[in-house]
Amino acid sequence: MSDPEVTDQLALEHGLSDHEIALIGEILGRRPTFPELGIFSVMWSEHCSYKSSKRYLQKLPTKGACVVQGPGENAGVIDVGDGNVAVFKIESHNHPSYVEPHGGAATGVGGILRDIFTMGARPLASLDSLRFGPLDDPHQRYLVRGVVAGIGDYGNAFGCATVGGEVTFHPRYRKNVLVNAMNLGIARADQIFLAKAAGPGNPVIYVGSKTGRDGIHGASLLASAEFDDDTDAKRPTVQLGDPFTEKLLLEACLEAMATGAIVGIQDMGAAGLTCSSFEMASRSGTGIEMDLDAVPQRESGMTAYELLLSESQERMLLVAEKGREEEIFAVFRKWDLDAAIVGRVTADGRMRVRWHGRTVVDIPVDPIAANAPVYDRPTAQPADFEERQKLDLAQLPAETDPSGALLQLLASPNLCSREWVYRQYDQLVGSSTVLRPGGDAAVVRIPETERGLALKTDCNPRYCALDPYAGAQHAVAEAARNVAVTGARPLAVTNCLNFGSPERPESMWEFAQATRGMGDACRALGLPITGGNVSFYNETAGEGAIPPTPTIGLVGLLEDVTCAVPAAFRAPGDDVILLGDTRSELGASEYLAVRHGLERGAPPALDLGAELRLQQLLADAAGRRLMRSAHDCSDGGAAIALAECAIRSGVGVDVALPAAGLPPEVALFAESCARAIVSCAPQDGAALLALAREHGVPAVRIGRTGGARIRIAPGVDVSLGEAHDVWARTLPEALG
Amino acid sequence: MSAARVGVLVFPGSLDDRDMVRSLGLCGADVQTIWHKDARLPESLDGIAVPGGFSYGDYLRCGAMARFSPVMRAVVEFAGSGKPVLGVCNGFQILCEAGLLPGALVRNRDLKYVCQDVRVAVEDPGKLRAELPPGRALVMPVKHGEGAYVPDPDHKPRVAFRYVGGSPNGSTDDIAGVANAAGNVVGLMPHPEHATDPLLGSSDGAAVLRSFLAACVAARTRR
Repeated sequence: MSDPEVTDQLALEHGLSDHEIALIGEILGRRPTFPELGIFSVMWSEHCSYKSSKRYLQKLPTKGACVVQGPGENAGVIDVGDGNVAVFKIESHNHPSYVEPHGGAATGVGGILRDIFTMGARPLASLDSLRFGPLDDPHQRYLVRGVVAGIGDYGNAFGCATVGGEVTFHPRYRKNVLVNAMNLGIARADQIFLAKAAGPGNPVIYVGSKTGRDGIHGASLLASAEFDDDTDAKRPTVQLGDPFTEKLLLEACLEAMATGAIVGIQDMGAAGLTCSSFEMASRSGTGIEMDLDAVPQRESGMTAYELLLSESQERMLLVAEKGREEEIFAVFRKWDLDAAIVGRVTADGRMRVRWHGRTVVDIPVDPIAANAPVYDRPTAQPADFEERQKLDLAQLPAETDPSGALLQLLASPNLCSREWVYRQYDQLVGSSTVLRPGGDAAVVRIPETERGLALKTDCNPRYCALDPYAGAQHAVAEAARNVAVTGARPLAVTNCLNFGSPERPESMWEFAQATRGMGDACRALGLPITGGNVSFYNETAGEGAIPPTPTIGLVGLLEDVTCAVPAAFRAPGDDVILLGDTRSELGASEYLAVRHGLERGAPPALDLGAELRLQQLLADAAGRRLMRSAHDCSDGGAAIALAECAIRSGVGVDVALPAAGLPPEVALFAESCARAIVSCAPQDGAALLALAREHGVPAVRIGRTGGARIRIAPGVDVSLGEAHDVWARTLPEALG
Repeated sequence: MSAARVGVLVFPGSLDDRDMVRSLGLCGADVQTIWHKDARLPESLDGIAVPGGFSYGDYLRCGAMARFSPVMRAVVEFAGSGKPVLGVCNGFQILCEAGLLPGALVRNRDLKYVCQDVRVAVEDPGKLRAELPPGRALVMPVKHGEGAYVPDPDHKPRVAFRYVGGSPNGSTDDIAGVANAAGNVVGLMPHPEHATDPLLGSSDGAAVLRSFLAACVAARTRR
């Protein structure tokens, strides 16, 4: 089969713009070959080149005392003490997961795992941030089941504990679900591997699964365009995952790294062999000569174009020290994996690819990898931006049935128990999970040390829809608060920026606002961003875009993991203390959405100074072992937080919330920031209140744990059993 | 008396092998790993643990491939000599497939993987009796997709452990673990190696592992 003739029309069909086609002509001084066209189209795709987001990402804070490796590598790296580093990142697999939920989600997990162990780290913990349309839609239920099973099937068989994440439902995700997968691994600080192709003459070695025709143009066509009527036809662009092979690849890579013969290594993810080889050469200022006939192939008759663009999973490209190839091969033979020399590093900065004895690609590396086009897309504030933030609390009917409201909120899809999801995940392999899913942040012990890491993903899409700047700030603040309530000190952030089309000014405006808010919040809280991923084009013709969803993945450190504080109450008779102030605000709240069907108003006012003081108090109190439990107040407010503490422990509670001047629905359900519910042994109450005063955090003892009811003045009095029942059954009833 | 010398089998796709090695070590064993391609076992081994995971990916029936591994012939011989063999989760499945334990493990009743703590009661754990008196309750986690035990119709199993308050997977008669007729081979779905530290939820699993090690030492002494 011969390659088609490369015309401007064909280039346009590859997603390249007229401007980009002209630029290719300038770089090459000729028309590209068909394989070269494929390379340009993936390397300059939004997904691989960050061409619309780059100028915003450059403004994010990336430096901090703990940062060992910031953005630009496969994952971020931070120092976590004892000579260990944590390697972590979050990444989207949105478009594939909508088209084929099981395979899309599974390979999303596989992709992020490879990003972590490529750097020499053993994956320790996974989290997954999931967004779907409403649960009453049968197609959404199919998507939830498929995505959760896909995550479980891959992560469970690979053998990395899934310890947390989030699931939210919102009508605007109906046609564009989000699957953001995060992983964190641990490596020794002096044994980190980077994606470089250094040392001309060194062999380029392909390891892992054979290459097939799956996933071709997954990155460029599927992830870099909005959905339309032909979406189903894109199913073949979704890759197939094999966690068993990935597990072997993990063990073989770590063993091969230990030989000392590896110079650089990069996983073949988006855009496969093309992206990995270009990025490695570009980072080292070198070139690569490659012979595609040496690539292990699963199917016969594959063209150069297909071999270069395949996104077959569980593959790695590595550069070894010349003369030490056999050491690498011996390891991969042991694990029954393919390993083949497919090329060598050159000094001339060009990518030369041969296939069937002919040179089919001969192009310079840097203009394609490092100097891809960068755009400053037009932005426009949505016309209804101010209108949608208007909310007059005086117009709202007073809440006459606080108990009913509490039960209705507990049963709502966004607040109910997530156990249906996480019980399908192995939360324990690795014997490190100290705080399992279901609380605030998960806590894992750093193996063979006394330290622990607290991990959380967060983003409230309703806040972001109403005000992307404030919403992104809240995502950072809430993730940090979730980590802090476990007693950990927040350290660093990875982000997954999910948005609509960058070619639509309103969507680009949301992106600009959200990244600015994220940067401001991270600076105020002293949190560097060590990398992440941007996913644009989460929209569908005729259906609109997703709410802006800048998902935050946050890592915190506990010096002594035995101090980790769980979210649920521990024992009857303990003091219950509310930390932080409740303001008269209900904008963007779960209460408004669930009780009144309203999605409007401004998100709660954010006081980042108060957040910081609260974080410091919580870390201090945990270190002194003053708290028996601590739970963040966020979605659903203080009443929901209290109910969750009680339901998850089976210990009732009897408290009165400070309600001076506040209507009951505000005292109970306002989502004011910088608050937490903590419980402590009665003899520690005074010390805890004194410590709060020292830290400048408002604190008030509001009651006691115990009994078989949830009593929260003003107005809530329900049985623990009934509350548990409505909270626990929503997902199982909907999903089976 | 010197520590029990225990081998932990490692198949491609074994996942809980590292945790098993660590936990047995914490319980006082002298532990080494045994690669699935090894047709001969190390000299003077007192016992063998077969850990959890997805051996060979378990794309066929769980454990169905692993039983053909070179090491398994040696393990069958080892068990035949009366020395203790402990299988956990996938290790239990492999021992059933290899014919060392009766019965089989099939898909969970609700067809979904399940990860949660369970309570089991000790009944007749064969030679693993040192710290496992009948009736003792233990809390340990399960994590599996194919953990529903189905007995061999011609062969009433010797029930080592039974779930209390219902099984998480639809096991016949709530059976969580069984022993062979000789009592030296025991398999169970709950993971004792993930329950040896109260910080991680429970330390009841240490009693199972220490009982296994005591049986290892006892088998050596008898020889």
